[in-house]
Amino acid sequence: MSTTEEFTSSSIDQTRIGGQTVLEYYAECQRDETKAVAVAAIETMIQVMEKSEAETLQGLVKEMNDVIDILKRTDGNVTSIESGCKLFIRFITLESSVLLENLPFNQCLNMLIARGNKFLGEMSRARLKIAQLSAQFIENGAVVLTHSLSKCVLEVLKGAALDGKRFHVYVTQSGPDNSGIKMFNKLRAMNISATQILDAAVGYIMESVDLVLVGAEGVMENGGVLNKIGTYGIAVCARSSNKPFYVVAESFKFVRLYPLNQRDIPCNLKYNSSVIKENCGDTRFEHPKIDYTPPDLITLLFTNLGVLTPSAVSDELIKLYL
Amino acid sequence: VHPGDCTVQVHSGRGTVHPEVLRLGLRYASATILGSNSRCVALLGALTHLVRDYTTPADKELPRDLEDNLNANVAYLERCRPLAVSMRNAVKHIKRYINATPEKTPDHKAKSDILKCIEDYLKERVVLAGQAISLFAANKIGKDDVILVYGFSSIVFKILIDSFKQTRFSVVIIDGRPRLEGRTMLTRLTQHGVPCTYALLNALPYVLERGCVRKVLLGAHALLANGRVMGRVGTALVAMVAHARGVPVLVCCETHKFCERVQTDSIVVNELGDPLELVVTGHGDPTGGRLATTLNEGKNLTLLNLSYDITPPEFVTMVITELGMLPCTSVPVVLRVKSIEGT
Repeated sequence: MSTTEEFTSSSIDQTRIGGQTVLEYYAECQRDETKAVAVAAIETMIQVMEKSEAETLQGLVKEMNDVIDILKRTDGNVTSIESGCKLFIRFITLESSVLLENLPFNQCLNMLIARGNKFLGEMSRARLKIAQLSAQFIENGAVVLTHSLSKCVLEVLKGAALDGKRFHVYVTQSGPDNSGIKMFNKLRAMNISATQILDAAVGYIMESVDLVLVGAEGVMENGGVLNKIGTYGIAVCARSSNKPFYVVAESFKFVRLYPLNQRDIPCNLKYNSSVIKENCGDTRFEHPKIDYTPPDLITLLFTNLGVLTPSAVSDELIKLYL
Repeated sequence: VHPGDCTVQVHSGRGTVHPEVLRLGLRYASATILGSNSRCVALLGALTHLVRDYTTPADKELPRDLEDNLNANVAYLERCRPLAVSMRNAVKHIKRYINATPEKTPDHKAKSDILKCIEDYLKERVVLAGQAISLFAANKIGKDDVILVYGFSSIVFKILIDSFKQTRFSVVIIDGRPRLEGRTMLTRLTQHGVPCTYALLNALPYVLERGCVRKVLLGAHALLANGRVMGRVGTALVAMVAHARGVPVLVCCETHKFCERVQTDSIVVNELGDPLELVVTGHGDPTGGRLATTLNEGKNLTLLNLSYDITPPEFVTMVITELGMLPCTSVPVVLRVKSIEGT
């Protein structure tokens, strides 16, 4: 069984999309740094669909699942790749049985690609919508605490700054990769007043902030979130100081996972796939890159579906999947 | 409870009580059948006999008359022992189907359709749902886990047995008086070779910590519309202590036990058991009988034997249903989705 799988995946690896392999095309999509990781993945999927030679819907879906597996092996935000792509497949295949009865598969494929592009368009605009919704929560003179580098949070803060609001942002350094430094530089480039703080200083600064705003790599079924390591600690601190804890996430990050606690997070999300391969699956001595924040610590989630309470996330997921 | 002591009134009212239903009522009253699923399955079995043996009287219509007959039988069962939520939902489902029988359907066709409805309900909502829940729960049970359970629940038992075939783990069984249903769980699990520890409810905090319990698996009698879990008395305590210790609590419940009732505490709707159960402390206890008579004459003492209690949603980490793993707050969503589907 495993040899057949390797064979299939390596043949998909070599699939040429306009002269490039899947991974090369994906890397190119990602060159625009402001693009969400999931959006780049979906663009890759649409390309695969356009070049696909599948004869049936099942064949097409199988090809796309193979592509998801390849993309998941990259070192990046694997959670949102998986959730975004699964939602994409579900969106385009919804009620496609009606189409298939009346039209030959090639025409169906074109309609599916059209649907896929529509989905992509909505997802690309998701962040702008979120920025509009969140504007009311950042008041003039507010002090915001954020964690690590989040393109979504950047968009929200940019929107608030363009609205003419004065506010100050504390950004954590966010080890081990210090992505918080990039966030700080980007904020300064937008002329937003910001201060860089150590991860360890969160407890110290919490009494001076008005709200905490973080992004998410994945939103769980119960409304909890997976985000850069350190988020859980900040959430606990915020709860203890009675500060609101807001999470910003696009709807394609909603995923059908339900971790019970930190230990329950799947390994392939906690560690880079290259790290798992190096250690042949033994990750006891590796440092995880994400942690799980349970829903009772989260005040509200700002998504392109609206401003949701954590319990409403399950409602939305049931609507999407059932 | 002594089976010989049961007296239940049986009078006809709008229709006679079918002999199978008569038997069933006595089995409920004498606590021979315990547990939400077992009671529901037994009820469906008896109703199958009822429908099969039913003949429409000359001047009556099948839907109306069968429903009246059904109501009379259900009223008898209610007198034997208050209906479980699962039983109520099953009866509601069957009545809705009977009402929807098109007019002028010949009797034999109508009856066979109703029988099929009952069979499908049993197969989908109980049997297949149980298998689906078992599959979902298996994902959450890891190697060398220590799982804590309370009392006896058919669905929890099924999950443990199915998972034990794939992974090794051990079980801690907490038991509560007066029913001591945990002993049934203990006997059955050990028959399948599952390593078990047995303790009473008062040892719970100690066992939870010392036993390094990884997760708690609970069954439920019903899930209420405000996200609360109705379970055997003692369940709320187990969930509360586990929550205080940071141990995740998983409640397993099929969707046919979801109820539109809203309840905030355990007293407003509950079932009282035999108060003497609290007094008799064991087999052949010599002082038990005398204590019972003394207490019976005591005017300042009330013995309260509650059957169920309500667990608030903040103590429950997740609910496992055949639709998937949901947070407690999603119960009204499922109820709404299902009412739209008309099932």
